[in-house]
Amino acid sequence: MTPSLHLVLIPILPLIGAAVNGLLGKRFSRQAVATVALAFCGAAFAMALWIALRFSSLPIPLTEYVAPWIRAGSFQADFAFYLDQLSLVMMLVVTGVGFLIHIYAVGYMWEEGGFYRFFSYLNLFMFFMLTLVLANNYLLMFIGWEGVGLASYLLIGFWFTKDAAAAAGKKAFIVNRIGDFGFLIALFLLIKHFGSLNFADVFGTIVENSTQYPVETAGAGLLTAIGLLLMVGAAGKSAQLPLYVWLPDAMEGPTPVSALIHAATMVTAGVYMVARSHVIFDRAPMALTVVAIVGTLTALFAATIGICQTDIKKVLAYSTISQLGYMFLACGVAAYSAGIFHLMTHAFFKGLLFLAAGSVIHAIGGEQDMRKMGGLRDHIPATFWTMTAATFAIAGFPPFAGFFSKDEILWRASQVSLAYWGIGVFTAFLTSFYMFRLWFLTFFGEYRGDQEATQAHGGIHATGSRAGVPAPHGHSGIHESPKIMLIPLAILAILSVMGGWIGAHRFELFLAPVFSSHQTAHLVALTSEQAGQITAMEHLEWVFTAISVAAAALGLYLAWLLYRDRPQLPQRIANALGGFYHAVANKYYVDELYAVLFVKPVVDGSTSILWHGVDQNVIDDTLNDSAEAARDVSDSVRHMQSGNLRSYAGWVALGAAGVIAYMIWMGTR
Amino acid sequence: MQSHILSIILFTPLVGALLLLFVPKENKDAIRWIANIFALAGFLVSLPLVPWFWAQIQSPERFKFLEGATNNWIPSIGAGYVLGIDGISFLLIMLTTLLGWVSILSSWTAIENRVKEYYIWFLVLQTGMLGVFMSLDFFLFFVFWEAMLVPMYLLIGIWGGPNKLYAAIKFFLYTLFGSVLMLLGILFLYFHHHTVTGIYTFSIPELYKTAPQIPFHYAVWLFLAFFLGFAIKVPMFPFHTWLPDAHVEAPTAGSVILAGVLLKMGTYGFVRFSLPFFPQVLTSSETFLSVTVRGWMIGLSIVAIIYGALVSLMQKDMKKLVAYSSVSHLGFCTLGIFVLTPLGLSGSVLQQVNHGISTGALFLIVGILYERRHTREISEYGGISNVMPVYATITMIMFLSSMGLPLLNGFVGEFTILQGTFMANWRWAAWAAPGVILAAAYLLWLYQRVFFGTVTNPKNEKLHDLTPREVLTFAPLIIMAFWIGLYPKPFFQILDQPVNQIMADYNAAQGNAVNAAVQPEILPAVAAPVAVAANDTKGKK
Repeated sequence: MTPSLHLVLIPILPLIGAAVNGLLGKRFSRQAVATVALAFCGAAFAMALWIALRFSSLPIPLTEYVAPWIRAGSFQADFAFYLDQLSLVMMLVVTGVGFLIHIYAVGYMWEEGGFYRFFSYLNLFMFFMLTLVLANNYLLMFIGWEGVGLASYLLIGFWFTKDAAAAAGKKAFIVNRIGDFGFLIALFLLIKHFGSLNFADVFGTIVENSTQYPVETAGAGLLTAIGLLLMVGAAGKSAQLPLYVWLPDAMEGPTPVSALIHAATMVTAGVYMVARSHVIFDRAPMALTVVAIVGTLTALFAATIGICQTDIKKVLAYSTISQLGYMFLACGVAAYSAGIFHLMTHAFFKGLLFLAAGSVIHAIGGEQDMRKMGGLRDHIPATFWTMTAATFAIAGFPPFAGFFSKDEILWRASQVSLAYWGIGVFTAFLTSFYMFRLWFLTFFGEYRGDQEATQAHGGIHATGSRAGVPAPHGHSGIHESPKIMLIPLAILAILSVMGGWIGAHRFELFLAPVFSSHQTAHLVALTSEQAGQITAMEHLEWVFTAISVAAAALGLYLAWLLYRDRPQLPQRIANALGGFYHAVANKYYVDELYAVLFVKPVVDGSTSILWHGVDQNVIDDTLNDSAEAARDVSDSVRHMQSGNLRSYAGWVALGAAGVIAYMIWMGTR
Repeated sequence: MQSHILSIILFTPLVGALLLLFVPKENKDAIRWIANIFALAGFLVSLPLVPWFWAQIQSPERFKFLEGATNNWIPSIGAGYVLGIDGISFLLIMLTTLLGWVSILSSWTAIENRVKEYYIWFLVLQTGMLGVFMSLDFFLFFVFWEAMLVPMYLLIGIWGGPNKLYAAIKFFLYTLFGSVLMLLGILFLYFHHHTVTGIYTFSIPELYKTAPQIPFHYAVWLFLAFFLGFAIKVPMFPFHTWLPDAHVEAPTAGSVILAGVLLKMGTYGFVRFSLPFFPQVLTSSETFLSVTVRGWMIGLSIVAIIYGALVSLMQKDMKKLVAYSSVSHLGFCTLGIFVLTPLGLSGSVLQQVNHGISTGALFLIVGILYERRHTREISEYGGISNVMPVYATITMIMFLSSMGLPLLNGFVGEFTILQGTFMANWRWAAWAAPGVILAAAYLLWLYQRVFFGTVTNPKNEKLHDLTPREVLTFAPLIIMAFWIGLYPKPFFQILDQPVNQIMADYNAAQGNAVNAAVQPEILPAVAAPVAVAANDTKGKK
């Protein structure tokens, strides 16, 4: 019996930080707020490290029960936490990258109003995210799932006085809720069939009753349905087609938020959830195929949009969507550990890219348009070098981190279908191209910005600009960020270079107890002939690697050609492409399409048909008309009581005549 | 003390009302103090009920804390002063005493004219509502049911907004129409009981024994009579149009009570009367326009959920928006009742409490701004977070509770209802669940328009944040929202016995008691009507 690890403390510590800053932070100095936020977030990171160090001596997997939550009838869900290799990796990524971004944010947000509010939300996010990755059942995971959505909503709308930020927060929450609809239905299905939402119960039941829950190759069954519904939820949270639309808008949030929530951690929750549910997906080949196809198409689709964006953060946003697509592709070909490996390296280099972009934006006074940047290499060398490491990492050049994980995904995908591999390699080329486009546009050539604007640095911040840059007022010109921002950049740069050196194979071995213990093999259906082909192909692995590196190099070359060597070319190409270019530059008009297809019918239909139509014209008018009719009838009958004796006599006579007529009529029958 | 606790709770507000009669009407502050003291006292005397009830939670009697005896009031017709509660009425009583105190506290500065009458009527209303939840005699029940109508009518008609007379009369006629039909239903049950047993009695536990034996072709009409009475009160679609008008015109505290407690009379009626009296109607596979009675109930509930949410989305008046959101939320409650699974039923009762807490708070929230600016037009506001940060934070918490964010109360209720619904038929759950998405849409959009942005309207620049008294009105509601969200277990334990009782009666009516006791969520005999109903619900869309 090992002593309790107090896993619950890992999420609870940031929650305490959030509560302290949220309730009392208004009276604190900035230093105190920052200390509280960093201390509680750092404590969670320290605990995660401590657990990691003694991980090999722990009885894994390990469950720690905290308290009961819902107990209604036979159904129950508890507050209980679960530690295995997968949640350890996620916990380390979340607390580690999260802690670095907290440090960076202290520098970045220093001059902002609502400093305490920002860190309270940021700590709150950590609480929910850690709950999500440490939960031992789907319902507790769902708490974290919705909770990170709330934190994301609050942080996107941090500058709530800006209409765009407020609208983006709302959009993110609602689109996520649409995905959650699928998640919820999946939960209901799970409870109905397994009577529990505990991972151990559900997966154990499936594994032990393989005759009852076979691999659903013949036709879609229960597990396929659950898998597909879970994927709907994952597509919402992880910004996959067709629910990705909220993520680019989410860039309205402060840049550290974009780095932490919308690149490194929260948006990868969907990948984690699919990987966590691999027992279900392994037995649902159709659901897996859907995951792979959604991932592949999203990767390609978002990468093409990324090429035409001019806002530095928007490029990175579409890049995030695209890279998440790779992770789903990995899960879709049952290479979960490759997906998680890419999740980890992506957290390093994409977190770094956003932080470095924030440093760039900071340097030139809040400008985000890359057309107004250029030549910044010499002004902000530290930012330049760290960003260079990240750019090479995401483009997939060896020996940078992204190379190892992306290569593994492409290799594993090629074993399932060459189509996945082909699109993946083409996307890798696009990725390299748009990232080096960003790199050249930002750091090389002449500075194209408006020098005036740079001088008027303080003014921009005073109006609460989107960059919200914290530079000390009074200094002008292009300037490097303070140390507190550069140190996290440097650490992440080291991780972006070396983070992949552990190697996909060793990473897979580490995660093997999670993924292979139950794996009745997605590949179980493969014939021996196909298996033989795979062995034959393994000799070709280095060819595939060479092709993907060549694709990255081609992207680099093309970006150099278009944005460094012959900068007039892009405009001419754009003109030549005409309508297609406009469609891509306008993000394929998807937002507009959704507005026409979904938003407008709901708005118009609710107003004119339901509210004015049914409520007012049908129901209320019927009521009012019948009320008026009743009044009119009463009104006319009222005149019978005129008080006039002769008219009464007339009525009596009329009544008598009526009675006599009736009797005669009856008598004749 | 324990044996008379229900009477003490019931009449404390009425004593306050009687006392106020002797205070001169010019002495407004004295009136306010007395009313608040009695409202608080009404809440405090109900508190001992919590441990006492908890101690009896395992006892086998269906109704606890029984008081009085049948026939002790008007023996010639068999009417008695009989009080008693089970877990369902216990929770609703606690909700009533809490909200009664909160709404009287919130009226301090809002009501300036005819203060004395206002508080008197409010306290009378409080007694009326408590009586409805406590009565175990149909005659007594009907007296309270009707007695409640008059004070509410006056609260809207006297202290309401510009269109108050229309709203008040609409409210009154609508609900009176419903209760007249219900009275006919009660009389039928009364005489039927006499035909079967030779005894004239209004005792509800007695009627429980005979009513289910009524043949289907009579029972279905009786069910309809009760249904109209309750459906108008809830209100279910399409009987809901009195609600937005009544809410918009009612004073804030009136809205809180109206939404928080009065609407629950309808859902309570379904649970207390419709289910135990007419299981033969709900289990029947006989169809009307090719849908079973149960299918109709579920269909109307789902329509209410989606319809209420969609209409709520487009409202320009904050209070109307919250009113339509009530239609949607109450749709979840009725859905939970008529899916007839233990989870659905427990979830429904819990959600009734949740709705009282969350929507009660939402009406208080609207009232805060209305008191300061005298308008509820959403377009008049914007950027309120800048001037009233505490208010903005409390509003955010209650909005999240209302839209069902996990760890807050709304989630527990909605999740349980939807789970219970899913157990019966997954299609119903799939149709109802988008209501949760729409709830996020209308509330967050409202929040964006009112609180976010910059202050563009100069009239909003000087708004002062919440006073301590106002914070105090929200505090119990926030505590309850977190409590139910974090630790709903005791609430489900309280509901276990009455819910199982109702389900057992229902299953017995199906002749399936043995099977159902083992696996309550599987109701094989309903499978056939379920399929028919589902098809129709689908067709209706």
